Amino acid sequence: MKIFLKTMVFAAICLPLTATAHKQWLAPSKTVLNVGQWVTFDAGVSTDPFVRDNNAARVENLVITAPDGSVVLPENSATGKLRATFDLQLQQPGTYKVSIVNSSIAASWDDNGQTKRWPARGTTFTAEGFAKEVPANAKDLKVTQSIGRIETFVTAGKPNTTALKPTGKGLELVQVSGFNDLYSGEPATFQFLLDGKPAAGVEVEAIADGTRYRNAINEIELKTDKDGRFTINWAQPGLYYLSATVSDDKAEKPATLRRSSYTTTFEVLSP
Amino acid sequence: MRHRIPFALCAALLPGTVLAANLNVSIEVPRIDVAEYHRPYVAIWLEREDKSVAANLSVWYQQKKAAPAAAPAAMGGAPAAAPNPAGGVKWLPDLRQWWRRSGRELQLPVDGVSGATRAPGEHVLSFNTDKGGPLANLPAGQYKLVVESAREEGGRELIDIPFQWPVKQAQQLKAKGERELGAIVLDVKP
Repeated sequence: MKIFLKTMVFAAICLPLTATAHKQWLAPSKTVLNVGQWVTFDAGVSTDPFVRDNNAARVENLVITAPDGSVVLPENSATGKLRATFDLQLQQPGTYKVSIVNSSIAASWDDNGQTKRWPARGTTFTAEGFAKEVPANAKDLKVTQSIGRIETFVTAGKPNTTALKPTGKGLELVQVSGFNDLYSGEPATFQFLLDGKPAAGVEVEAIADGTRYRNAINEIELKTDKDGRFTINWAQPGLYYLSATVSDDKAEKPATLRRSSYTTTFEVLSP
Repeated sequence: MRHRIPFALCAALLPGTVLAANLNVSIEVPRIDVAEYHRPYVAIWLEREDKSVAANLSVWYQQKKAAPAAAPAAMGGAPAAAPNPAGGVKWLPDLRQWWRRSGRELQLPVDGVSGATRAPGEHVLSFNTDKGGPLANLPAGQYKLVVESAREEGGRELIDIPFQWPVKQAQQLKAKGERELGAIVLDVKP
């Protein structure tokens, strides 16, 4: 959690930033299953996606949407040193959306050459606290709102789209190619929405699992077209981390800058 | 489905027409010499040119196990083996292509399609154009016979044989798997 906050604050200071120091990820054990099966998820924060070597991710804000649109609870939740974990039994046919949505506001300013930050690590933003702790005339004051959405999708039987309805808040991904219908050698197309509208010119980064066992990250870098769409070619089957961040000025007061990020994990199968 | 009525009408109007066209499929489940052998799950289907499924011919997977007779109360150890009411349907997604193309949309078991796993050896299946059969409404065109096999503690293999339907002359087409499937022979008869 400390690292996560540090990353966010760091990101807020160093904007624009293409890649943050640490990546938060949510990895399912499988994504293509039959009704009744169990699936388990790990959530962590690390330099390389899916490498359990740094910190567990915060999963307090986890929401699992079932194929009928209802919210279901995970089972056997636990937070370890290096990863948080939880299980889910797929009792309904269709596609489940598993989301962690974090939202925060952080301020930084220059106080006689020293960078000050508020709120402190591990504490949350309050309007009263902001009024009290942050000088109204602070030099180089930057107040940034961060909305981070970390998602993944799993399907029992035939996929459906009820749970995939976008919320219209922040950066979200919409399937053009099915989220749980991905195969190596078959290009897949997705669309980014920002506040429910197509997000053009968004830089997207994808990284295949297994960075630890190769010498280069081999990230795939793409950009969304005017309709917010991009097409990705999966060179090999496996888990893929996919992430994008956009900044704009549509922040909630007192923030002036909004940073919306989206991260997902896809499982690409061998055809 | 939509073709069924006109076809039935045709058949009724032309009682003299002989509808004997058929497909014979021979599938060799290879004998694999490993310490822990499980019979493979196998799916056999006909694929259209756009890869959609024209007909599901067969899928072999582990069938239901009966509940154990009066299981004794657990004595603090491992729980007694639970009955397996669903059989091996849990592992059907391992037949990846079949699952994607049709398995995930089916309500299993499917009459005349679902069956138990089969032992190593040659298995011959026959399909014809009889009403209710998998080929009854098959329009003329280019198809592929697809055979996919997945084995616990083993591998997966997918073999396809393209063919034309219907044929004027009997045709025999062959393919051979490398590990998880042996010889596949398709006889298409007019």
